[in-house]
Amino acid sequence: MTSLVTRSDRRAVRARPGRVPWILVVPALVGLAFLVLPFVGLLVRAPWSTMGARVTEPEVLTALWLSLSTATVATLVSLLLGVPLAWMLARTEFPGRRWVRALVTVPLVIPPVVGGVALLLVLGRNGLVGRYLDDWFGLTLPFTPAAVVIAQVFVAMPFLVISVEGALRGADRRYEEAAATLGAGRVTVFTRVTLPMVLPGIGAGAVLCWARALGEFGATITFAGNFPGTTQTMPLAVYMAMQRDPEAAIVLSLVLLLVSLAVLATLRERWVNA
Amino acid sequence: MVDRSAHGPQTDTAPTDAAPIDTVADGHRGLDADLRSTRGSFTLDVRLSCPPGSILALLGPNGAGKSSALRALAGLVPLTGGHVRLGGVDHTTTAVEHRPVGMVFQDYLLFPHLSALDNVAFGPRCQGVGRAEARERARALLEHMDLADHVAARPRRLSGGQAQRVALARALAVRPGMLLLDEPMAALDASTRVAVRSRLRHLLEEFDGVTVLVTHDPLDAMVLADHIAVIEGGRLVQEGTPAEVARRPRTTYVARLVGLNLFRGRAHGDTVTLGEDGSDTTATVAVREAHHGPALVAFPPRAVALYRDHPHGSPRNMWRLRVEGVERFGDQVRVHLEGPLSLVADITPAALAELGLARGEEVWAGVKAAEVECYPG
Repeated sequence: MTSLVTRSDRRAVRARPGRVPWILVVPALVGLAFLVLPFVGLLVRAPWSTMGARVTEPEVLTALWLSLSTATVATLVSLLLGVPLAWMLARTEFPGRRWVRALVTVPLVIPPVVGGVALLLVLGRNGLVGRYLDDWFGLTLPFTPAAVVIAQVFVAMPFLVISVEGALRGADRRYEEAAATLGAGRVTVFTRVTLPMVLPGIGAGAVLCWARALGEFGATITFAGNFPGTTQTMPLAVYMAMQRDPEAAIVLSLVLLLVSLAVLATLRERWVNA
Repeated sequence: MVDRSAHGPQTDTAPTDAAPIDTVADGHRGLDADLRSTRGSFTLDVRLSCPPGSILALLGPNGAGKSSALRALAGLVPLTGGHVRLGGVDHTTTAVEHRPVGMVFQDYLLFPHLSALDNVAFGPRCQGVGRAEARERARALLEHMDLADHVAARPRRLSGGQAQRVALARALAVRPGMLLLDEPMAALDASTRVAVRSRLRHLLEEFDGVTVLVTHDPLDAMVLADHIAVIEGGRLVQEGTPAEVARRPRTTYVARLVGLNLFRGRAHGDTVTLGEDGSDTTATVAVREAHHGPALVAFPPRAVALYRDHPHGSPRNMWRLRVEGVERFGDQVRVHLEGPLSLVADITPAALAELGLARGEEVWAGVKAAEVECYPG
């Protein structure tokens, strides 16, 4: 009883917050509308009557499958390479570390098309590295599903690295010291203490990375081309459909939107709030 | 630990009260450390020794370097000079993960993603012990510490005292030659400290290796340790048993911790002239035994009697002092006095009322020579 009384008392005497200033509210609402309205447009203009038939067209399903599988593989590759890279940046000292850190973020700021061109110059059949891949292993990367993955890793991995590096810097390093006094070498410390403790950060980074890979367009179309069935991912399919059949583009967009929202919601529940 | 006999010999190379001389002897089985490091403007220069089965407390104010000393013993911070020898083996350059050391950290730092059992089994697993055996060892240790009901608990579900024992079990599970504890009582709330402290003492007594613990609390040091090393400003300023440190403090910091008035001076027979160099010789203290040369004198605040008028048949030590402040101190009143020497006196509230003391007034303060401890300075 007493606690209830004091609580209501406290509420009664609490100072009223000032009015919310319109100079902040108006731009906030405009911003929100700007972000939401395009999706409303998609929903309003969608050809709902023919939706079922259009969604199950083999072309759509192929592009969807290619998008989901390449984005997932790209995320796995990014995890495999990006987490150790983040660890290097957060936990080791080496000359030029600041420069390396800056280089890692370059793919975040350059236009993806430029990234695609750069990849072609390096990994193309006559590229710096691609030449030898072709000569020695008979391996040609451009215009294959592997090229799609490479393009996605190039643009998406920095998101993962930045996110994981932040998590590593935020983690209490004294736990790593505690593990060391218990006889754990650096690899054991990393796998059994550091990794479990920054798992939420890695999860959040992986989600960002996956979402960025799923939406990849510029680097993909430049480096991997636009071949239905092998390199035409959903974003490319949407763009192509827009040229000849805008309704099909709307359907594809809705599918992409739904799938990514569903996956992100599931992962968010599981990782980001952990 | 559980399966070993309790006490090691206490006799071999016990540290002396004075600055420790080289205690490195062949077959020294305990800790012999000379810790020197410089980081920025802070210099640590401390020699420590401790026989096996004995508990050494590093006592000092915040920033004195005691935690740095402990971290240096663990190998977590590099030394710029000196050595760390344990059981006659030099570990100065041994990597952290290979030192025969178990450490209990401040806040305990139990791995939050592992159960209590897996926390304790972590060390043995790192040492290459099989999973089943490591868990068995961990279970036995936890059961020994009355934590059988909490083996599966995550650290955040444990109370402060329980977490402390899990941390201790985790440190002991690697079967270390030296156990290090960094402020083991700091994370506990006041209501549980007494019980947890005596229980920790009991568990530490069972360990037959060297134990070094760091604390800023003199009570923790007195209760938990066999020997106390006082560190101030990166240097060892006093070393001895808790009784010696409590009775004969060597710095004002230690004197304040153990609640004594301390003065430095020069002894001529049974009189000590206060002052470092003898230039401002305004006060003398009579002591019960004759000494010569630099000396320290100490007496407890409750040995001081206060008088309005100069009493007849007075004690040999009588000073005219000015009241600087009065505060409650337990069931006594502590009076801060300034004059030819500054000291504190504990009197009863009744005596205070009778004297009617106010700030700025002058009183006579008397101490019997028999109550004054005098020792070489």
